[in-house]
Amino acid sequence: MGKQITITVDGKQIAAQDGQTILSVAQSAGVRIPTLCYHRDLTPTGNCRICVVEVEKQRFLQAACVFPVADGMVIHTASERVRKSRGRTLELMLANHPQDCLVCDASSGSCELQDLAYEYQVTVPEWGSKGKRYIVDSDPNPFVRVDFNKCILCRRCVLACAEIQGRHVWNVAYRGFDEKIVAGPGVTMLEARCESCGQCAAYCPTGALSDSMSHAVARAHQVKKVMTTCTYCGVGCQYDLNVKDGRVVQVTSNPDAPVNGMALCVKGRYGYDFIHHPDRLTQPKVRRYLLEGSARPRDRGEWVDVDWDTALNIAAAKLRSARDTYGPDSVGVLTSAKCLNEENYLMNKFSRQVIGTNNIDHCARL
Amino acid sequence: MAGLATAFGSGAMSNSMADVANYAASLLVIGSNTTEQHPVFGSMIRRAVRTRGLKVVVADPRRIDLVEVSVLHLRHQPGTDIALINGLMNIILEKGWEDQEFIADRTEGFDAFKAVVLKYTPEVVSEITGVPIEMLYQAAEILACNKPMAVIWAMGITQHTTGVRNVMDLANLQMLLGNMGVAGGGVNPLRGQNNVQGACDMGGLPNVYPAYQAVTIDAVRERFEAAWGAPMSPKVGLTVTEMIPAALEDKIRALYILGEDPVMSDPDVNHLKHCLEMCDFVLLQDIFPTETAQYADVLLPGVSFAEKTGTFTNTERRIQLVRKAIDPIGQAREDWRIISELAQRVLAEGKRQIGEAPYAGWDYAHSSEILAEVNALTPSYAGATWERLERGETFQWPVPNSGHGGTPILHIGKFARGKGLFAPIEDAPPAEMPDAEYPMFLNTGRVLYHYHGGAMTRRAKGLMEIYGQTRIEINPEDAQKMGLDGKQRLRVISRRGQIEAEAWITDRVPPGMVFGNFHFPADQNVNLLTNRALDPTAKIPEYKVCAVRVEVV
Ligand code: SF4
Ligand code: SF4
Repeated sequence: MGKQITITVDGKQIAAQDGQTILSVAQSAGVRIPTLCYHRDLTPTGNCRICVVEVEKQRFLQAACVFPVADGMVIHTASERVRKSRGRTLELMLANHPQDCLVCDASSGSCELQDLAYEYQVTVPEWGSKGKRYIVDSDPNPFVRVDFNKCILCRRCVLACAEIQGRHVWNVAYRGFDEKIVAGPGVTMLEARCESCGQCAAYCPTGALSDSMSHAVARAHQVKKVMTTCTYCGVGCQYDLNVKDGRVVQVTSNPDAPVNGMALCVKGRYGYDFIHHPDRLTQPKVRRYLLEGSARPRDRGEWVDVDWDTALNIAAAKLRSARDTYGPDSVGVLTSAKCLNEENYLMNKFSRQVIGTNNIDHCARL
Repeated sequence: MAGLATAFGSGAMSNSMADVANYAASLLVIGSNTTEQHPVFGSMIRRAVRTRGLKVVVADPRRIDLVEVSVLHLRHQPGTDIALINGLMNIILEKGWEDQEFIADRTEGFDAFKAVVLKYTPEVVSEITGVPIEMLYQAAEILACNKPMAVIWAMGITQHTTGVRNVMDLANLQMLLGNMGVAGGGVNPLRGQNNVQGACDMGGLPNVYPAYQAVTIDAVRERFEAAWGAPMSPKVGLTVTEMIPAALEDKIRALYILGEDPVMSDPDVNHLKHCLEMCDFVLLQDIFPTETAQYADVLLPGVSFAEKTGTFTNTERRIQLVRKAIDPIGQAREDWRIISELAQRVLAEGKRQIGEAPYAGWDYAHSSEILAEVNALTPSYAGATWERLERGETFQWPVPNSGHGGTPILHIGKFARGKGLFAPIEDAPPAEMPDAEYPMFLNTGRVLYHYHGGAMTRRAKGLMEIYGQTRIEINPEDAQKMGLDGKQRLRVISRRGQIEAEAWITDRVPPGMVFGNFHFPADQNVNLLTNRALDPTAKIPEYKVCAVRVEVV
């Protein structure tokens, strides 16, 4: 970092370092500058012009997310000129934007464009274009729902895919009014080697890229978010399970996750529907021969649904009888690399204390 | 991770994922298809390549995805890892790139080790591995001259009959270069499933109590006897790969299986099914009626991670909270409740009496009470208390006390066993090599869209939409020889069984090798083909290499 300098922001003297951007100085001094294309995880591009500020001695307004500070610089972050400019920028964005807000998912139900429109009290202009320019849900990817009518060309998806996921699926094509985000050379996401991680949807500030599985399922204020740890691989990503009416309806990134931040993979983000799958075992079952006290048929015979007491008593009696008849080492215990530490500890205690054997293992080897 | 335990006295990943991504100057990826098996870590590596020029060397017979961002791809023959690593070390010694100070101060056994490595000249190694001599020199230079260098691996290294020795040789490499106990270095086995690390830490192993305290040491056993109030067995137990076959000899009469699906995940499935059939009593506790359920007598419905509270430990030893988001579905119960209920019922009668002891009981109202017991009996988890985790802290063990912040890097200044042990490791061929009748190598593993036996991911709609059946990867050269047009199915036959699946013609696999996964049941599961041959120490089966014959259906 460069040398210590002083700048003036909205009349306040603030210490800064040479080379910092106006935005980062303002943020550390607690001065809020609204942003849209900027995201702290991604390279700033100065694209959307929402974060513009007035810098004295500069003819044009400057994008705070990329403009570097210099000693003695005097900055106005909320002057009339600045606010007008932001309002106009928003108006232009909305002019092109479908008025779908009542039924929009807006990536997890929180639309940054809507927040800013509210803050600046901008509505869709009379002269705005009507009708849709692109096909809604235009990509066959089963996880990411694409609706470029809602795209504001902020390029966060391009950067999220390139910089977070390292996959470079999204590009910007065409110029001017036709400017558009495309996958690869204008193919489907999967053809452009998408890994379905959903990073692009997680970083999209509008409803242009959203999660298909939770489309039209819940509004943001209807869900309870519970931060937990992924059930799949050993990376140990954390994220929020979004719960509505007792069902997990979506997984969303939690930027505080210690290992992964906002990043997740396809299994973690979109592999949750097994939780409510109809195949789930919901009742204890025992084989009929155990209830009848008859000999075990070779194929073990048919299943019977029973209550917990019946199942646990039968299981306990069988394990006890093997232990007491053939000795503790006639019982084997397989614990689970998918279960909790607490449960693995109990399985270890179960085999060693309750049964008296060290025949316990799990599939670390497999 | 017996190999690392021998070399250093501790078997876990020595560094952290962020530490590798942020500080390593070069990275050897050997036997890990990181972007598919540990995807978020894979993307961290890609990011490190892009933002700070991390130099990645991939050693893998398959052209895995990370090859794209690597500076070098060593495509060695399957099962020749030791020759390859020895060859790199031979060149490092030839060029004088070894870290003499580290070797002198922190290790022992160097001379015997060196004598063996000197035999692995580039010519010899090139012959065994099929890697050109100049590539061996390039790889050695990149890895030795861009320090710190980290090594990461996964089942591609351990699932061989030489698995433990493969790992010990990687430990040799990192000691030779002085890459231990430094940020951005280390030996980093990536654990496959979310809580493999925790299951090992918690004593889910036949030879150790929690925190790797050996069952054979009297003092340890007495401590647990005093804690749990019963006499404990001093005899090392059976591993999973021994336990189930022991049913055939009536040595095992009853099995209690929690959340595992051996019929999908174990090698040589046909044999395994036969063993389960013969077992007197099988108790299965799981969330789905898995393939193994067919062989069970009692099925107890446990819950998914979304329905319970507790902790998982990730591959970098990080203990993190799992929080209950929804109530158990139907009559299912949290697994820890089921285990406790069952324990109480087994102990209610019969020959085994439990005495008064501080942790003898099974009456837990909440999983935090179990964690408190873990804190008391597991030195490396002692400080990872519920209160701290609830506050949002996470720790990498060892966390010896409640004032300790955890240990992101192991082996700083000193190894757990004192000096690091160099071991002379000789190359050995896999248990089964291709021959006239079974002329191709079969390699097995996972794909991005599925997880292990597939019980969960096969029930996720979108994942199935993208990857809905086993595909056998086969090289275009072999496909052409067989007249395969890309639409036909393949039959893959080994000495143990056969499968049929769709072909994917791709140069991800080299000529002479096919690759399949074990996510799909019945006649699509490659584990019908794999070999039960075990590494003699770790008892890990040789999934990664066996000989097969491939036919067009
Ligand atoms: S889902 Fe992931 S890989 Fe696919 S386009 Fe979005 S960010 Fe890129
Ligand atoms: S989100 Fe993906 S990378 Fe992260 S822990 Fe889950 S499975 Fe692993």
